[in-house]
Amino acid sequence: MNVVVRIDAAELHYTPLNRMVRAAVRDGEKEIVIDNVLGQRFIADGLVGEVVITVNGVPGGDLGMFMRGPMLVVHGNADHAPGNTMDGGTIVIHGSAGDAAAHSMRGGKVFVRDDVGYRGGIHMKEYEEKHPCLVVGGTARSYLGEYMAGGIVLLLRLGETGPFVERGIASGIHGGEVYVRGEVDPGCLAVGAKVLPFEEAHRERIRPLIEEFCRYFGNDPAPLIVADYTRIGPASARPFAGKYTWE
Amino acid sequence: MAIGSIPLRYQISIDRDRCMECGRCVENCPYGTFRREGDRIVIDSRNCTACHRCIAMCPRDAITLTEHPCDYRSHPIWTRDARESIYNQARTGKIILAGMGSTQSLPPIFDQILLDACQVTNPSIDPLREPMELRTYIGKKPSRLTLRRREDGDVDLETELSPNLKLDTPIMIGHMSYGAISLNAQLALAKGAQASGTFLGTGEGGMHPAIFPYQDNMIVQVASGRFGVDVDYLNRGAAIEIKIGQGAKPGIGGHLPGEKVCADVSCTRMIPLGSDAISPAPHHDIYSIEDLAQLVRSLKEATEWKKPVFVKIAAVHNVAAIAAGIARSSADAVVVDGFRGGTGAAPKIFRDNVGIPIEAAVSAVDQKLRAQGVRNEISVIASGGLRNAADVTKAIALGADAVYIGTAALVAMGCRVCGNCYRNLCPWGIATQRPDLVSRLNPDLEGEHVANLIHAWTMEVSELMGAAGINAIESLRGNRDRLRGYMLDEGMLKVLDVKPAGA
Ligand code: SF4
Ligand code: SF4
Repeated sequence: MNVVVRIDAAELHYTPLNRMVRAAVRDGEKEIVIDNVLGQRFIADGLVGEVVITVNGVPGGDLGMFMRGPMLVVHGNADHAPGNTMDGGTIVIHGSAGDAAAHSMRGGKVFVRDDVGYRGGIHMKEYEEKHPCLVVGGTARSYLGEYMAGGIVLLLRLGETGPFVERGIASGIHGGEVYVRGEVDPGCLAVGAKVLPFEEAHRERIRPLIEEFCRYFGNDPAPLIVADYTRIGPASARPFAGKYTWE
Repeated sequence: MAIGSIPLRYQISIDRDRCMECGRCVENCPYGTFRREGDRIVIDSRNCTACHRCIAMCPRDAITLTEHPCDYRSHPIWTRDARESIYNQARTGKIILAGMGSTQSLPPIFDQILLDACQVTNPSIDPLREPMELRTYIGKKPSRLTLRRREDGDVDLETELSPNLKLDTPIMIGHMSYGAISLNAQLALAKGAQASGTFLGTGEGGMHPAIFPYQDNMIVQVASGRFGVDVDYLNRGAAIEIKIGQGAKPGIGGHLPGEKVCADVSCTRMIPLGSDAISPAPHHDIYSIEDLAQLVRSLKEATEWKKPVFVKIAAVHNVAAIAAGIARSSADAVVVDGFRGGTGAAPKIFRDNVGIPIEAAVSAVDQKLRAQGVRNEISVIASGGLRNAADVTKAIALGADAVYIGTAALVAMGCRVCGNCYRNLCPWGIATQRPDLVSRLNPDLEGEHVANLIHAWTMEVSELMGAAGINAIESLRGNRDRLRGYMLDEGMLKVLDVKPAGA
């Protein structure tokens, strides 16, 4: 039996909304649809479990923050920092996301069909089997992958042809990788970031992410898999070593 | 300049008549000051950090230490420190990092505030005979209560109360992370806090499973690096603290060097082994008071509004206005950390020059919150360089609900404030991850010492209160009438809202 729990979020504050979601998950529901979402923040904040939640509308900031396990599918744009400090699970956004998408994310995946704002993937980190991934179909603004300490940011730039020109890419990165389809204006690489060779092994690494992205959004994976990518990583795993002396 | 051209900082000498060549100093000094040559102990004083471990362990009291055995030409401006910092930077071209709190010789304002006592016109209270109320609640207090009388005559409280922390003493232990300090040190602090009916901060570093039995007494910290933060960690804590800033280094982030990230620290912080743990200066999801409110609420939402959320800021010039903003962010307490606060490592230039004293900061915050009618919305916790029960009492009379101690609790476990915490060689097993050094610290014994300290200070606070005719901490809070300034200028008295002695 496949019952879908439907929640009407019209005029509903985020706290009662989350309470309803949590209660449904506690009752063992596997599929929840939230309709008429209009700016409610913190949807699925701290939620743990195996559940698919469809969000119809435009969720507010910090969607899926601290979340571990659920899959969120958003039909609309998401505000800032979806996947903030997320631990596991998947967020699929059929639209764009605001600033600081996947901020400090430790595990799980965030897929954005269109664009993300400034500081996408900032301070993402990895740990043991946890390996966070942010995949963006469109483009991103400045400071993509800033302070990154682990995981993968993949920028597909669908429909874009020229080099990627956005300032401060991967500034302060000390772990993880940023993949950008096509060329990256060398002047846009921030201090501490470095272009690394893109080889077959790396193509294999991003292939499953491309395939998963295309499954969600109905794109053809083939041209994206064979495309050229610029791979950016840390110039050093110890960006601050050498800055200090002791008293 | 040749290596070694800077004079010795400390000189160690052994009284050869007393020394029995047992070699304990050789075993105990992790900095390599002593070595044995034949049946003689040879000393290399240049390695000494003045940690006093050898002195404490020598069975014959044979060791003495002299600071600055060699003078420079004295000069009021070009102090030893000014000169030696330049030698260091001329050699390295780098920013100087230092351990522990500020070494500036600015006078603590606490020492220029005097407490009151009863004489003749109102009797003092003997805490032995009379009940003294030191119980402290941290969190929002309702601005009004709505009560409803039931049919049977009983009264129901209709106002929904916010979660509060219940403390048996106004003294808490501040945040010192596992990583910055050893697990044994954190365990000892946790045992001490639990035995004293108070709370302890985890620091930014997650919670090691060995601490789980004490989780009801732990305040979990969320800092800009979000290390060790997941929903289980948030749910474990009795409260959650967002660390915005730290008194020892306002405005800058933190950085745990890869060498200190051992296997266990790596698990607790949830970062790869040996990698640097970098906490950016700001939280990159907080660029405004509105964003702070967003993070506060996200933490409450994640924990179903069951936990108080604290926000810790460094005491900086605009601290009162910032605290007033925090009071409107749904936060339950603001921690104000003065510029004397301790640290494992901070750039010296920050430690000694940025931020303001806790005395002025806490008073300004309390006054601002009262003036705006939001004092009940938020508790105020004062921290940064509190050395004894008088400092605690004065901080509360200046408007704090409770205090955090940090360095004092480490000193209770043996710390000699040597300031070499960043070297990972702390001979007292506190600021180190080296197993042989960590095992020097017995968590049960040191936990007892920490509990003793809190107990003693709490007794002293109640004695000071009793002498002033006050029998509840509530009546001491913000009670500046019980304070007088001594040799403070008019401007400072105004900031503190304290009268001068004799007035
Ligand atoms: S560093 Fe400590 S143990 Fe070593 S000689 Fe100096 S005071 Fe003694
Ligand atoms: S914690 Fe250890 S290293 Fe740090 S000041 Fe105290 S004794 Fe020295």
